[in-house]
Amino acid sequence: MKIDRRSFLGLGLGAAAGIALSPVGVKLTDDSSIWTQNWPWTPVPEDGKITYDRSVCSLCPGACGISVRKINGRPVKIEGLVDHPINNGGVCPHGISGLQYLYDPARIKTPLKRNGNKFEKISWDEAISLVAQKLGEIRKNGAPESLGLITGGGSGSMAHLFDRFMGAFGSPNTYTMPSLESNLALTAAALHSADQSLGFDLDHSDFILSFGAGIIEGWGSPVACIQANASRRERKAKLVQVDYRLSNTANAADKIIAVNPGTEADLALGLCAVLLAKKQISTNTRYGDVNKFPFAAMLGKEYTPEKVAAITGVKAADIEALAMAFIEAKAPVAVPGKGRGDTGSLREFTAVQALNALAGRLNKKGGVFVMWPAGYLSFPENVMDAVAEQGAGKAKLAGSVNELADKLEKDGGLSALFIYNANPCYALNAPEKIKAAMDKVGFKVSFSSFMDETALRSDVILPASIFLERLEDVVSGAGLAKTVVGLCRPMVKPVFDTKHPGDALILLAQAMGAGMAQSFAWESYAACLEDVTEKIWDNLSGDGYVVIDDKPPVGTPATDFTFLVSAPKAALSNGEGEYTLVPVDKMRLASGSMTSSPFAVKTVPDTVLSGKYSVVEINPATAGVLKDGDIAFLKTAMGTAKVKIGFNEGILPGVIGMPRGLGHAFNNPYVAGKGVNVNDLIGPVIEPGSGLDAAFGIKASLSKA
Amino acid sequence: MIENKKAHKFGMVIDLDKCTGCGACMVSCMSENNVPFKEDESNKKDSITWMRVYKLTNGKSFPETEIAYLPRPCQHCGGIGDHGHSPCVSVCPATATDYGYDTGIVSQIYTRCFGCRYCMGACPYHARYFNWWDPKWPEGMENYLSPNVSPRMRGVVEKCSFCYHRYQLARERAMVEGREIEEMEYQTACTTACPAGAIVFGDLNNPAHKVHQIVKPDPHPDPMNHKVVGKSRNPNVFRLLERLGTNPKVYYMSEREWVRKAGDNYLKGEWENVKTHHGASSSHG
Repeated sequence: MKIDRRSFLGLGLGAAAGIALSPVGVKLTDDSSIWTQNWPWTPVPEDGKITYDRSVCSLCPGACGISVRKINGRPVKIEGLVDHPINNGGVCPHGISGLQYLYDPARIKTPLKRNGNKFEKISWDEAISLVAQKLGEIRKNGAPESLGLITGGGSGSMAHLFDRFMGAFGSPNTYTMPSLESNLALTAAALHSADQSLGFDLDHSDFILSFGAGIIEGWGSPVACIQANASRRERKAKLVQVDYRLSNTANAADKIIAVNPGTEADLALGLCAVLLAKKQISTNTRYGDVNKFPFAAMLGKEYTPEKVAAITGVKAADIEALAMAFIEAKAPVAVPGKGRGDTGSLREFTAVQALNALAGRLNKKGGVFVMWPAGYLSFPENVMDAVAEQGAGKAKLAGSVNELADKLEKDGGLSALFIYNANPCYALNAPEKIKAAMDKVGFKVSFSSFMDETALRSDVILPASIFLERLEDVVSGAGLAKTVVGLCRPMVKPVFDTKHPGDALILLAQAMGAGMAQSFAWESYAACLEDVTEKIWDNLSGDGYVVIDDKPPVGTPATDFTFLVSAPKAALSNGEGEYTLVPVDKMRLASGSMTSSPFAVKTVPDTVLSGKYSVVEINPATAGVLKDGDIAFLKTAMGTAKVKIGFNEGILPGVIGMPRGLGHAFNNPYVAGKGVNVNDLIGPVIEPGSGLDAAFGIKASLSKA
Repeated sequence: MIENKKAHKFGMVIDLDKCTGCGACMVSCMSENNVPFKEDESNKKDSITWMRVYKLTNGKSFPETEIAYLPRPCQHCGGIGDHGHSPCVSVCPATATDYGYDTGIVSQIYTRCFGCRYCMGACPYHARYFNWWDPKWPEGMENYLSPNVSPRMRGVVEKCSFCYHRYQLARERAMVEGREIEEMEYQTACTTACPAGAIVFGDLNNPAHKVHQIVKPDPHPDPMNHKVVGKSRNPNVFRLLERLGTNPKVYYMSEREWVRKAGDNYLKGEWENVKTHHGASSSHG
């Protein structure tokens, strides 16, 4: 057939009509739109019934009530529990991120045993018998005191259970990581009586004099403190902040008293001296039962406004005015503890508390409560076998965890170490020293949930379920003026092969047999908890919390000024350099043994963390040749770090502020490997008399990189 | 089923004197709305934060320095004259973002969005974010995602929705029970999380709601600038870039003059005229 013009056009038109009428084109367009609208790799969360469950957050000592929203039993959101006596619906960024800890890439998924430089998976049975056997050898050798324990503190049943284990084992070597709570307990022990603690009634005070306390930046029970601050305007309560930089708390304050970093104690004693000199001491209190006169003499001689002005940089007239404003307020309270309150010297804490005592603010509404422990736990008598008796009589190796590290590094002394709720290889100053000290201990058992800096150095890990997977009593503390016991409940079955550390401890004690097994004769931790909280269990399990006390304690406790009279020396920042480097607490960054969540790190502004760099705050007036945004070497006697310069008008000239909570080194790319751990740059300065690491800041120099 | 009832106009007022900058609102928002996270989030230009807290300073040197934190969700603009022509809605070629006349909420439909990002250019508040990458969660972490908000994919724009799914849940419950939504029944995730109680959320059209009582929105157009409707009659309350006439439903409150001044850009001398011009409608009675 010849293709002429006519048939060509005919065929062409026919083809065009055919294509236009056929469904293929439409189908292809439709398909392509469906394919491009199809994202099979995007997760489609399963829908289901919504329920809410109550629990308590135990990420920090704040002890906030939380409500967990679940879909078909699967937790999807954490919110504050409305009407809870501590946080009444409020919640902090770390608590909300709780679910991220559940699936954290750094979680330890099974029990582990060290094999050379690697960890190998073992079963729980193997892990327990391995630890029991090692511990058994220690006891057989008659040196039970060579088992050490480092914990994060606390006063609930878990803290008691660990103490009980150490007691039944026969070792006095229990050490607590420094925290606001441990500092307050030491303060109460030095000034009032052992076993007591301090609570600050910020909700009812009309004049809060804060010595650097980050009241809205994570000090104490963070949400309760933020709420106390938020209600200040309605209550017409004043906040005066003693600080060396414009912290958020200082910014919220009615007045800022700028002091040289580390001289807060001197200012507090200076205020005491003014009150004494002006005969403004409260007469209706039993202040100064012990060493009252030497204390007064010391104040009169060494802490005159002029002398204090020279040390602190606050004008003498301002010191007098501040003291008078404090004593003339209706319900003043002085609050110690810079930042989160886990650093600082005992001298600083006791000096501030002495001011409260002299002003007659002990056990008064809106003042400081000198509180006894909650006392709701009733453990059966610990069974002490012969080995335990023998070890219990021995003296402790050191007075504090810092002294312990020193001692271990120099001459050892422990053959085994338990670590629970603590990350000393990150959280203490000079972590390299701590690591070296840890290496001197032959056998380290970690109860960590995460493969953090300290867990990485352990020999056996008995991985703990996190708070969302466990049942536990959580007692408020953290400087709150009320005692509330909350019940943390499992919101989800353990995601990995982890156990409640209480269960691990019970299994371990039972595997060790003899007296230890008798001391831990419970079937499980859950049974133990119900047994030891018998007095309040019905209310605790029913309401989710029990308010033990929220009134001022009766009577005025005596104050013993002996420690202050001994004139412990203020810790000076060591080393050389034209600047003073100080750590800075930020609400959005967890510090200490707790690590921030990916969400929390995401909220950190680029003026704190920029790429891999920590940004340090420096006043432009003393920045020299450095410009905002420069990369610089920051050098101290302890080491050198590369940092980014961030100009900040709100910091005292000559001071460098470095954020705490960065520079983690473990396997979680969302939160670790970012910035510098400020503790790497600061050397510990042990305070005589308390054993506390009193270092706050260190001399430093800066040079452009 | 929109009956002939007065429409809602959901909005919030944020007390900048109470805000502590803690970041709980940001995290609560991320957790509520399945907002993903990357290994490095320090480049804030590609960091998706429906709610973002900005830091303001008064620019003075220590000790006169003052700071304030300003949480910035989507402003849910009503557009010029408050007729629903929000800057972003007007430019969207895909109708992926729309104005809800029954709620005043500006929506975002991810599957309709094809990523032209005109809306991001149009938004004066940087409230919109583009997904440069597909979201990725560490193994197992997808388990905490909420079914109430669909996770987004690469190539689409997302933003704050005033937790619209919470409105839907509350509305359904109210409808079944044959009643109106109550004030506390519909609250955004940032509002409930705020430990300082700095955010108040509710219906700006409902005089019984706290947000209405604080803001006291002026029902009449501003006589000085007819684009602006709903200006607050509370001298401490302002909106961001108010004079543009975008008519945001997010109001801010501060007793500090420099903070209120930071809400807009003023020519020299302009602020002196503006600051006294609050509640212009007092002439309307």
